[in-house]
Amino acid sequence: MNIRQTLRNVIGAALFLCILTGIARADVEIQNVTSPSGQTIWLVEEPSIPIVAIELGFRGGSWLDPAGKEGLSRFAVGLMNEGSGDLDAVEFANRSNDISARIGFSVSRNDAEVAGRFLVETLDEGIDLMALAISSPRFDAEPIERVRKQILSGIAQSETDPDSIAAKTWYASTFKGHPYARPSQGTAESINSVTVEDLKASHARLYQRAGLFVSIVGAIDAEKAGEIVDRLIASLPEGELHDVPAVKTVPEPGVQVIEQDVPQSVAIFGHKGLLRDDPDFIPAYVMNYILGGGGFASRLTEEVREKRGLAYSVYSYLTTMDGAGLYIGGVQTANERIAESIDVIRAEWTRLATEGVTEEDLEKAKTYLTGSFPLRFDSNSKIANYLLFMQMEDLGIDYLERRNGLIDAVTLEDIKRVAARVLQPEALSFVVVGKPVGL
Amino acid sequence: MVVHPSGRNSAWARETVIGGVLALFVLMLTTATVRAEPPVTTFSLDNGMDVVVIEDHRAPVVTHMVWYRVGAADEPRGVSGIAHFLEHLMFKGTDEIPDGAFSKIIAANGGQDNAFTAQDYTGYFQRIAADRLELVMKMEADRMVDVVITEDHVRTERDVIIEERNSRTDNSPDALFSEQMRAALFLNHSYGTPIIGWRHEMEELSLGDALSFYERYYAPDNAILVVAGDVTPERVRELAETYYGPLKPSGNPPDARPQEPPQIAPRRITMTDPRVRQDYVMRSYLVPAYDPEDPVNSAALMLFTSILGDGVASRLSKTLQLEQKIAISSGAWYSPRSRDATSLTVYGVPAPGHTLDEVENAIDAIIADLAETGPTEEELVRVKRVLRASRVFMQDSQSSLARFYGAALAIGLTVQDVQGWPAVVEAITIDDIRKAAQSHLDLNASVTGSLMRGEAS
Repeated sequence: MNIRQTLRNVIGAALFLCILTGIARADVEIQNVTSPSGQTIWLVEEPSIPIVAIELGFRGGSWLDPAGKEGLSRFAVGLMNEGSGDLDAVEFANRSNDISARIGFSVSRNDAEVAGRFLVETLDEGIDLMALAISSPRFDAEPIERVRKQILSGIAQSETDPDSIAAKTWYASTFKGHPYARPSQGTAESINSVTVEDLKASHARLYQRAGLFVSIVGAIDAEKAGEIVDRLIASLPEGELHDVPAVKTVPEPGVQVIEQDVPQSVAIFGHKGLLRDDPDFIPAYVMNYILGGGGFASRLTEEVREKRGLAYSVYSYLTTMDGAGLYIGGVQTANERIAESIDVIRAEWTRLATEGVTEEDLEKAKTYLTGSFPLRFDSNSKIANYLLFMQMEDLGIDYLERRNGLIDAVTLEDIKRVAARVLQPEALSFVVVGKPVGL
Repeated sequence: MVVHPSGRNSAWARETVIGGVLALFVLMLTTATVRAEPPVTTFSLDNGMDVVVIEDHRAPVVTHMVWYRVGAADEPRGVSGIAHFLEHLMFKGTDEIPDGAFSKIIAANGGQDNAFTAQDYTGYFQRIAADRLELVMKMEADRMVDVVITEDHVRTERDVIIEERNSRTDNSPDALFSEQMRAALFLNHSYGTPIIGWRHEMEELSLGDALSFYERYYAPDNAILVVAGDVTPERVRELAETYYGPLKPSGNPPDARPQEPPQIAPRRITMTDPRVRQDYVMRSYLVPAYDPEDPVNSAALMLFTSILGDGVASRLSKTLQLEQKIAISSGAWYSPRSRDATSLTVYGVPAPGHTLDEVENAIDAIIADLAETGPTEEELVRVKRVLRASRVFMQDSQSSLARFYGAALAIGLTVQDVQGWPAVVEAITIDDIRKAAQSHLDLNASVTGSLMRGEAS
């Protein structure tokens, strides 16, 4: 033990343990703007840096890919910046660079997003380019074949990647028979079958005005925001929304092993969770912080990593999709010891389900969850992202003011009720990829 | 879309941050300018600790970081991984902070903490409400001098870092290949040793190894404090003088490291692994890092690299993917920020039906052509514009800014160097780029590697 100079007179241990209260609130003022054409925009004016962040969120997403065309929407989205209107792929990239516009496209099971980051000085040119990209992808033969090969290469690589195998297997067995079970990157067969007509149809399904949400953060006022959004969406069809088929979330309990010659086994586990609008969602969120969401403050990390050195990373989280809530976790442990990790995780699941948490656990969870909330709002990009999330989850424009109150209102009784309802140790479904010993 | 082999020389962190939301968003970090540079204040404490304050009053939060000018490259031979192992052990506790409580205290105050180890530096940070700055500073100052580590900690945490190596290196042929490439590139410099450590040496790391590294290097005159966020320089100075000010300097900066001899023979490695499903070829050149005395070289190499391999409109992509159609992906990267010589790397992934040799030969021709004739005026103007914009976009994230400045100071640069860099880049000419490429992209100082599917090598 090395003591070059002690600070005992300066710092008392008691001081470290006293938990301060009176946490700052997220200081973000959201304006609800309606564009001339009627589109709702959530706007935060932030003039201190000459940039503008714009996020468009479109309901729908890759679950709409037809059977046999798995991976289609990711393929289409991968082509959105590979040529638009009168610009081919190279001209599009050069134009983006020349006007300092960063335009990104992504898609997940339930939505497609388009994100733009612009300098104020070239905002108008940036909006024109983003509008062109959204409305007029060219789907030229050259980029289609190039991107097809990239996707096929990615699929081949994921066939031996333990994390990809585990995730794919877990989702496939959990959502058997439902579009959510399909591999979102596709299969070699499905990707090879995609035609230019498929891509155009996918584009039309992904980007429409029905189910569109918009957030903007930056050096821009409401009037300008309305004007640029109308330019972005002028060419979009109204379209229609489709309901996700009813989901039966029934992961198979137990442990499924997939043999792979790697030194360390990768496990994904979980069972049914809660929908975002379930009244128990917030108490469950707080509970999960204590169980496996809170990094070094969580029980899983304490028991699996800190006490036993079984893993570098162990975690759990609640996640939702339209019509489905999941409670998922992951761990990676040497083949010889993965069985022990699984035992410990099951035991912690059971302990919390039967014993609940202590008053101290709950207080610490609340101070973290409320106190760290402002950390989500320290950049324009993060704020724009969060505003889109709030809209797509229908949390209400006053959610930022309400949210810490919802956390603070959670009681020990709530946690007990939710733990009994949500945590089902016997229902946990593990997929283990590696050469596990003793499973 | 881009298919990337892994290969960047990134830092190792104590904790992987897991996103709870599975949005497939790889958004570039962002920000930008009327104000070309953020408001940065810098000063030093009497004990030699450098301080950088970056004001950002948009949200009531701060990022507090302490950087030590010591990393994996400073490890004694035979104890590879000790810098990173110590970084993990620094969270165990101090004479004032109970065992295992460090991160829990931060969390109970609504903060997030983590740490990272690179070849040249080790950093510890907290993100927290601005009114908790004093708390985290007290704690960080405490563990600079009074960490408490036991044999029990070492036994358990050593298993954790071995699992970390399993997760991030041994479970991935790409990562193993990248490790082999670096080991072959550096003949004498410790940059050839992986930050995480070689497994057989990690297994033997001891409490004594950790403490002697700590005692040798952790001191205020070998550290940099960076505070970014909703705080004034005056307040930071007051707190820093209170908590870091009393700590005794070591008067013993890290030793210079053994440097590379002239490299006079190209190296070639071939690695096979049954898990590989996509072959590719990669080349790393040993090249100079940013040198404040002669910044033109590294600025020119940076622009060269970007024009060569950044994006679909780059030379590599246009030729290999769009025109010849012999590759499905390619790229290049160069990080000028390094204390000693660094690497410039290019790679190409062959399209079905084409060979690694074809792709390598084509890459050679593209590099030779760009080095010979230089970029076009249009390419040069464009890449400068991209770099100018990225500087503005970067201002959006206080954590990124804090890291940007911290990393620069940790490798021996100054705030003036950081702020003068855009002007250096602006002044680079086509001739500068030709000259830099011609003098530094030397096959004799390079490794060319092929990763292929096959029996384990």
